[in-house]
Amino acid sequence: MRTSAIAVSGLRKAYGDKVVLDGVDLDVRTGTVFSLLGPNGAGKTTTVNVLTTLMKADGGTARVAGHDVATETRAVREVIGVTGQFAAVDELLTGQENLQLMADLKRVGAGEGKRVVAELLARFDLTESAQKLVSTYSGGMRRKLDLAMTLVGNPRIIFLDEPTTGLDPRSRRTMWTIIRELVADGVTIFLTTQYLEEADQLADRIAVLDQGRVVAQGTPDELKRQIPGSHVRFRFADVPELDAAARVFAESTRDDETLTLRVPSDGGTKSVRALLEKLDEYSIDAEEFSVHTPDLDDVFLSLTGHASAEVPVT
Amino acid sequence: MTDSMIMLRRNFKQTLRNPTAVFNAVLFPIVLMLMFVYVLGGAFDVGNVKYIDYATPGLVLMAISYGLSATALAVSTDMTKGIINRFRVMGISRGAVLNGHVVATMLRSLVAIAAVIGVAFLIGFRPSASALDWLGVVGVVALIGFATSWLTVAMGLAAKTTESAGLATVPLILLPFLSSAIVPADTMGPGVRQFAEYQPFTPIIETLRGLLNGTPSAGNAIAAIAWCVGIGLVGYVWARTKFSKRV
Repeated sequence: MRTSAIAVSGLRKAYGDKVVLDGVDLDVRTGTVFSLLGPNGAGKTTTVNVLTTLMKADGGTARVAGHDVATETRAVREVIGVTGQFAAVDELLTGQENLQLMADLKRVGAGEGKRVVAELLARFDLTESAQKLVSTYSGGMRRKLDLAMTLVGNPRIIFLDEPTTGLDPRSRRTMWTIIRELVADGVTIFLTTQYLEEADQLADRIAVLDQGRVVAQGTPDELKRQIPGSHVRFRFADVPELDAAARVFAESTRDDETLTLRVPSDGGTKSVRALLEKLDEYSIDAEEFSVHTPDLDDVFLSLTGHASAEVPVT
Repeated sequence: MTDSMIMLRRNFKQTLRNPTAVFNAVLFPIVLMLMFVYVLGGAFDVGNVKYIDYATPGLVLMAISYGLSATALAVSTDMTKGIINRFRVMGISRGAVLNGHVVATMLRSLVAIAAVIGVAFLIGFRPSASALDWLGVVGVVALIGFATSWLTVAMGLAAKTTESAGLATVPLILLPFLSSAIVPADTMGPGVRQFAEYQPFTPIIETLRGLLNGTPSAGNAIAAIAWCVGIGLVGYVWARTKFSKRV
């Protein structure tokens, strides 16, 4: 019985004396979305490159669909599709020609190829621009075409390396919808991202990568339980006001230096209104308030003890 | 259909989509020819032949070299943008990408050469070559086209950016000017003359000239073939090494 689409153990990679992957262990079940979350330079792309046979690891093993990526390259390549960080499209061809090129290279067959190309163009909302040169496409359209090209030949395991980095919010939502549809078809997805929200929205399991090491792994809920929740932050004019407010909100944390109070809250309008009404009830005036939701920085701070932006170059 | 054929079709479409490449490869040599024949040629002393008959072999070579920068650029674009990784992950046979570029370059050169020779005929080019001589011309042209294509592919692979790839072929464009293409080498100043006499394009042009005039010389032909084989070999080995290193 094989339920692991991707099984990685003790993966190591270094460029010279710069260690990029420092013993990575991962396990991705078939038909799920797995997200590798981490800041720039954490080793996400290197992991994808090793798993997609583009790069050889220095140590450890990696199996994709049961095949060793180092020794059974051909078998691995037959079942995977990859959409890299930079749209791998041919700018001097039209959208349709790009897809047709993939169909030809995958030996899909003339009639079937035409059908597949038309279907993918329609599915990715590119039919209208199908005859236009890709050099005229927007960033979002290129990404969509890139993913469409990856889907030719129905790969069962798809690697997406930061598929939404640099996309506007609308294109990002479209991408998310497409990814969900793929999973519904039974495809396994290995996704890297810098955005906690993206991993949260899409992934069944998340691994947090930091300086080439997996520092946390689990379901989105498990991970979020490990990090500070969202909260509302109030700033007061003086210490007596702060004292009064701290008495009102029992589970809050205060900071006397900045005269601020952190009150746990989901940040929704209802709960924020309740907080404000409570302040009003006790005639406490806050100078300022803001809602904070945890982001990747919070995750890193809490999991690694350092902020993601401060990742030292080793 | 083989991977190489699919890649060739892709490169061919790219050429058609890229007006600059077509202009550089096909129209510019013709513009050069008209300029040399009608504007400058009258001032050159090329001996007892019509200038158009003298200049056509050199312009044929220029038609090849002007088409090369597009190839270097295309190869470099493939390597620096993500598409090469896509091909690799798909398990496309190793040489297919390069073969596609080489054959597309040669086809483009042949179109350009046919255009140059066609226009040459229109403006008075009258070679005395026999059918066998013409066959020789085609052979030499194919050989130098093949050799410079591989060299250019290698330069495209070696370039770190697409901009430098475009520039890398400039020497190949300049070499014909420093050969016997436009004027005979023995009319040039000292230093330049020696350079012109011993650089690869001169024996190649002289071989073409001999074939077209119906008086091929064995010495030039041997030197020409040796240069072509040498350039081709260096280009091929260089390209394959760079390709394995980069991907």
